Amino acid sequence: IGENIQLLVDRPDGTYCFRLHRDRVYYLSEKLLKLAASVPRESLVAPGTCFGKFTKSQKFRLSVTALDFLAPYAKYKVWVKPGSEQSFLYGNHVLKSGLGRITESTAQYQGVVVYSMADVPLGFGVAAKSTQECRKVDPLAIVVFHQADVGEYVRNEDTLT
Amino acid sequence: KEKRGPGRKARKQRGAEVELARFLPPEPESGRKKLSSHGRRRAAKRRLGAGGGPAARRPLGGGGRGGGEGEREPTGQTARGRSGFSDSNSKWLAPAKAKKTQPKGNHVELSSDGEVEEGWEMEEEEDGSSEEEMVDDYGASSSEEEELLPIEKAALKQKPDREGLSEDDSEEEEEEEEEEAEEASKQKMGQKEEEGPDLQLNLDIDEQFKLPTSEEIEKEDILFISEPPDLHVIHQRIQGNMEVLQDFGAKREEGRSRQEYLALLRRDMAAYYSYSDFLLTKLMDIFPLPELVNFLEANEVPRPVTIRTNTLKTRRRDLAQALINRGVNLDPLGKWSKTGLVIYDSTVPIGATPEYLAGHYMLQGASSLLPVMALAPQENEHILDMCCAPGGKTSYIAQLMKNTGMILANDSSAERLRSVVGNLHRLGVTNAVVSNCDGRQFPKVLGGFDRVLLDAPCSGTGVISKDPAVKTNKDEKDILRCAHLQKELILSAIDSVNAASETGGYIVYCTCSIMVEENEWVVDYALKKRNVRLVPTGLDFGKEGFTRFKDRRFHPSLKCTRRFYPHTHNMDGFFIAKFKKFSNAIPQAQKDEEPAVEVAAPSTVPDTIVTEPPPKKKKLEASKADKEQKLPQPALKKKHSLQAQRRPLKA
Repeated sequence: IGENIQLLVDRPDGTYCFRLHRDRVYYLSEKLLKLAASVPRESLVAPGTCFGKFTKSQKFRLSVTALDFLAPYAKYKVWVKPGSEQSFLYGNHVLKSGLGRITESTAQYQGVVVYSMADVPLGFGVAAKSTQECRKVDPLAIVVFHQADVGEYVRNEDTLT
Repeated sequence: KEKRGPGRKARKQRGAEVELARFLPPEPESGRKKLSSHGRRRAAKRRLGAGGGPAARRPLGGGGRGGGEGEREPTGQTARGRSGFSDSNSKWLAPAKAKKTQPKGNHVELSSDGEVEEGWEMEEEEDGSSEEEMVDDYGASSSEEEELLPIEKAALKQKPDREGLSEDDSEEEEEEEEEEAEEASKQKMGQKEEEGPDLQLNLDIDEQFKLPTSEEIEKEDILFISEPPDLHVIHQRIQGNMEVLQDFGAKREEGRSRQEYLALLRRDMAAYYSYSDFLLTKLMDIFPLPELVNFLEANEVPRPVTIRTNTLKTRRRDLAQALINRGVNLDPLGKWSKTGLVIYDSTVPIGATPEYLAGHYMLQGASSLLPVMALAPQENEHILDMCCAPGGKTSYIAQLMKNTGMILANDSSAERLRSVVGNLHRLGVTNAVVSNCDGRQFPKVLGGFDRVLLDAPCSGTGVISKDPAVKTNKDEKDILRCAHLQKELILSAIDSVNAASETGGYIVYCTCSIMVEENEWVVDYALKKRNVRLVPTGLDFGKEGFTRFKDRRFHPSLKCTRRFYPHTHNMDGFFIAKFKKFSNAIPQAQKDEEPAVEVAAPSTVPDTIVTEPPPKKKKLEASKADKEQKLPQPALKKKHSLQAQRRPLKA
C-alpha cells in the first residue's frame, strides 16, 4: 500500500501504532495500548489486530487478519471472477481464466489485494505477472500467487494465533 | 396361556385394504356420512353376521360420538366386537361375557379419560379411522355387550408378558386403555386378575395407576436388564402417572403415597429420556410436572440455528439479501433483536459462506444475544468480558460500541482463546485486547471497568439439546463446584467495576444453566457480599427468577432476573442477572485507604433493597467464616485479601 501507511498510523481518532508481541505484529490504538500494557505479558494473547508475523528466518509474512485495514488503502487490486472466488478461498492461486480486472501498471511480484467482483476483499496475493504480461499470457497461467485469504479463518483457525 | 393367533400386528401391517378385502366388498352404506374403511367393514359385518342390529348400534354410537370419546379399539377389533368373531382371530378370541356390565359402567369414565390418550393412540393405529367411526364401534360393542373392555380383556389374554415383547401397537393400546380404565375405576384390577397368572407382568405396568410394589419394580428391573426396556410402555406409564399425580385426590390408589408415584415417575423418565436420577430430581424440583415433560422433550430437539449480523461490516437487510441469494432460508429473529436472524435451512454451509468469511455475521445462539443486550455497553466505555470464549458476546459488545472504547476479553482457557482471536479478527473488532488470565485474578490485574460481563462456566443444564452428555455426567459435586467457582468469579467481577463511572457501574451475570444453585443462589450471595443491587435487565420477556426455592429464601429483588427455557422460548436455557454497583469503589487505590475504610462503620445504609450486611468488619469476618465453610480453595486467601482491599466506600 505504499505511502498510505501514514494513513494507518495517524488516524483521526487517535494515533495507532504497531507493536511487536511474541513475534507477531499487532496494530492497535494508543489507548488500547495502555490497557494492554497492564495485562501481564504471559497472559496477553492478542492486543489489537494481528497484522502479520515474523517467521523463524525473520521474514515478515502478512496475515489475512490485516485485510480489513489494508484493503481500503491498497494501491494495486485484483478482481476475481465469481467462479474462481471459491478456488482462491481454498488457497489456490488465481489463474488468468479467473481474473476479472487488474489495476493498471501492476509490476511483477507486486503485493496486491484480491477482491471479489462485489468488491469484497478476499485476501492478499502477489502478482505473478505484470499487467502487460497478463494480457498476453494463456488462460491457465497463474497470474496471482495466493498469500492469504479469508478462507483461512475457517481452515487455519488455530494458527491465526 | 392363550394360544396366539397370527397376531394383530401382522394383520395390521398388511394394511386396511387387506382387511377390507377380507370383510366386505366396498359398498357405500346409505344414510351414513363419511364411511371410512371402518364403516365399510362394519357394514359388511352387519350384512354378514347377526349380532345386535344396526339400529341398536346407531343410537349408541351417536351418543358415544357426542361424548367425543376416544376410540381405543384398534380398527381390527371392530370385528371382534361381535359375539361371533368373524375375522381370523375367532379361534382364540372369546368375548368375556362376565364383564359386560362393568364396561358399560366404565364407558362414560373411559370417555372422559380418553381425551389425553386419544390423540396418541390414534397415532399408534395404523388405520387412521376417524373418530366418528371409532365412536360407532364403541357404541356398537357396548350395545352388543362386547364392550371395549372385553375387547381389552381379549387383547390382554394374548399378552403373556408385556415387558418382554417388542412394541406391539395393540398391546400399547390395551395398556393405555387399561391405564385409563384404571384411573377411572379399580374394577379393572379385579377383571385383570381374572385373566390369570400370565398377566401378572402386565399388572406391573398398568399399575401405575396402580403403583407397582417394590417387588414388581424389581421384577421390572430384572427385565430391563435382560431385555431392552420397552420405551413405549414406559412412555405410556409416564403419561398415566402424570395424570394420576395431577388429580391425585381422585385418582390415587389407596395406600400408595405420592412419593411412590413420584419415584416411579422419576425412574421412568430417567429411563425414557436418559437422564441421571440426580438431574431428574433437580428438574422435578424446578418445574411443575407438565412443564417438565415439555422441557425434557425440548431438550431432545436442537434449537434453531441463529446468526447475528455484524453491524460493523454490514446491515441486517443486506446480509439477509446476500444469504437468500445463496440459498439460505432465514427470518428475523424477533422484535427484541435488531441483528439476529434465524436460519431455517440452507443449501450452503452457514459457517463457510463468503459472507461469513468476510466477517459479516457470527453464528451465535439466540440466548447469547440477551446478556449483551442487558449489558447495554455504551461507546467509549471500558468493558471487561470474563470468560469470553468463543467470542460471540465480546464481538457483539464491540459492535454495539462501534469499535470505540476498549474491551478486555479474557478467558482462562488458552485453546478456546484461539477461537476468540479468530472471531474478533474476522469480524473486524479493533478495540479488543485478549488475555488469558484466570477470571478470579481480575481486579488485581486490571480494574476500574465501566461494565463487566460474566458468562460464568456452568453445568450446562440449559444446553442439553446441544450436549446430551450433560444428562448423565453431572452430579451434586459438579454443580457445587460450578457454583463455588461462579461465586468467586462474580465477586471478582463486582470488584473490577468502578461504581463511580458516569455511564456504567453495571455487572451482568449470566449462565447457560437452569439450576437454582448456580443462578439464584450465586446472585443472592453476591447481593450479600458486595454493595450491589439488582436492576431490571431490560429484557421484557422471559420468566422471572425464583425468589424462593425449596427451603431457601432469596432476596425479593431477584424478581428482576430472568430465566429462559428451551421449551418456552425456543432458545437455550439461560439465566441473566444485572447488577448495579452503587457504592463508590475506587479500584487499586483502595489499598491506601484500607485502614480508613475498615475502621469507618457504614453509617448510611444505602437506601436500596439490598439486604444489609452488618458493618464492614463483621462482614469481613462473616465472609471469612463463610468461606471457611465452603470448599477450601487456595483462592480463598487471595479473595480475603482482595476483599480487604476492595471494601468499597459506602456512599
